[in-house]
Amino acid sequence: MDLFLHLCVMCLIYIIFALSLNLEIGYTGLFNFGHVAFFGIGAYTSALLTLHHFPFELGLVMALTLSGIFGFLLGLPSLRLRGDFFGIATLGFGEMIRMVFQNEVWLTKGPMGLPGIPKPTLFSFRFATLPQYFLLTLGFTAITFLFLRILIRSPFGRVLKAIREDEIAAEALGKNAYRFKIKSFVVGSIFAGLAGALWGHYTTFISPNDFTLLETILVLLIVVLGGKGTEWGPLLGAALLIFFQESLRFLRLPPEYGRYLAPLQQMIFGALLIFMMLFRPEGLIKERGRRVYAGTQRVE
Amino acid sequence: MLELRGLSKAFGGIQAVVDFSARLEKNRITGLIGPNGSGKTTLFNLITGFIKLDRGEVFFKKEKIDGLLPHEIASRGLVRTFQLSRVFPRMTVLENLLLAPQGQMGEKLWALGLKRERVRDEENRNLKKALSLIEKIGLLPLKDEFAENLSYGQQKLLEMARLFMANPEMILLDEPTAGINPLMIRKIMDFILTMREMGKTFFIIEHNMDVIIECCDWVFVLDHGEKISEGTPEEIQNDPRVIEAYLGT
Ligand SMILES: Nc1ncnc2c1ncn2[C@@H]1O[C@H](COP(=O)(O)OP(=O)(O)OP(=O)(O)O)[C@@H](O)[C@H]1O
Ligand SMILES: [Mg+2]
Repeated sequence: MDLFLHLCVMCLIYIIFALSLNLEIGYTGLFNFGHVAFFGIGAYTSALLTLHHFPFELGLVMALTLSGIFGFLLGLPSLRLRGDFFGIATLGFGEMIRMVFQNEVWLTKGPMGLPGIPKPTLFSFRFATLPQYFLLTLGFTAITFLFLRILIRSPFGRVLKAIREDEIAAEALGKNAYRFKIKSFVVGSIFAGLAGALWGHYTTFISPNDFTLLETILVLLIVVLGGKGTEWGPLLGAALLIFFQESLRFLRLPPEYGRYLAPLQQMIFGALLIFMMLFRPEGLIKERGRRVYAGTQRVE
Repeated sequence: MLELRGLSKAFGGIQAVVDFSARLEKNRITGLIGPNGSGKTTLFNLITGFIKLDRGEVFFKKEKIDGLLPHEIASRGLVRTFQLSRVFPRMTVLENLLLAPQGQMGEKLWALGLKRERVRDEENRNLKKALSLIEKIGLLPLKDEFAENLSYGQQKLLEMARLFMANPEMILLDEPTAGINPLMIRKIMDFILTMREMGKTFFIIEHNMDVIIECCDWVFVLDHGEKISEGTPEEIQNDPRVIEAYLGT
């Protein structure tokens, strides 16, 4: 039971992480290869504040705020670039943030990492046990899902899709593509920060090694596998990949094989990514047009 | 309505547009013709801010608009189409239309939270308008289909309907009837004429002389980036300089 709940918590955290990336990649067409940076900023901000005895509420709010601010600061110059250069800029940013975690020892304790991150207390209720933490992440996942769904189905989300499809044509219709892209990027960063903060308080130990390119690849794979540009794709992708990854970890392999596990998993993920790109680039769930009816709006 | 003063643009050694000046009157349909490569599309790109001018000034409704960004010019009411149709392929026919209205409340993030009622009302109004428009162009059965699944002619028609939804004061059309069958050409011409009835102003690049003769009040002729003639469609047809530009080397 504990194992199952653990899987669920991990899964929910990655759902939030993947939903935020899906807004950028799936709906806005922004190929962000440094998404893990915002996950890390969220995790470190909330962890550091609560370790210094600030309340969890403040840690969380600051985590979201700082992720958003960094998203804005990165987006401002890089979203002026063409798509491929934007990808490279975000890739560089991801590495840069990891180096900051690694080298600013006065703040982050460097490679030692931050142990003993306290379990969160929200409105004087302490989420200490596994079932409690599960409910906490479930709540935040629901909020994220509903919030992003409202966004995507709104006229705002429609403009994002138009920019993804044809930026020039969107501009010709009077849409300021740059500003919409920045907004999308900031919102995506904020929710990545949320996922990071929840993750930090869950594992109670974070270090720079948790925020490598591999994490970006994992979340990218979740979005691509599930189906980018769909509302449910990230959920399906996260469920499949996180269950797969975490259950590998709990295989009782003899220790001499244990060290092959991580590289093996990376190879499988890499192969899966290539396979998806070649044979089903649209992912397991395919993007479909939204049906809109007069008066009401619903999805088919 | 639109005044162009001495527009010039060179690409490397090629003079694409040379010192082009013109005044386009409100509520008229003005044509722009010329052989391939004579600079027509470039002129449109210069007016709408997609390419930077080397020299010259553009005034729209007496306001200087050269130097503004494309979306700024479009939101002032001067909207263009592209030579090859540019619908949003992986958005439905209906979404393509709903996108078009300018300055939608629901495009602002804060309004989604604070002005829910207004956003919904606005959306429903646009939806009604879009649906009746789709019905008029005969695409109702395809309204939830991705635009990429439409035929080329249907895509061009959708683009016209999108302009109708966007409802700008002035429209620049780059070869609206190129590559589609006579029936579709008729429908597109009807669109143009209806919108003119509504008070819109047009500037149209077109190779099809029948369209020019039926629609246009006035025509400019470009050759090698220079305006070599202007007049009514009848005058243009008989102008020896125009005939030479089209037939000569
Ligand atoms: N972005 C560009 N860079 C370099 N040269 C260009 C560019 N755009 C146009 N040209 C050149 O400028 C000249 C005018 O091109 P333009 O596309 O304006 O012609 P056009 O009148 O629209 O022709 P068509 O009837 O074939 O559409 C051509 O010689 C073309 O090669
Ligand atoms: Mg052209």
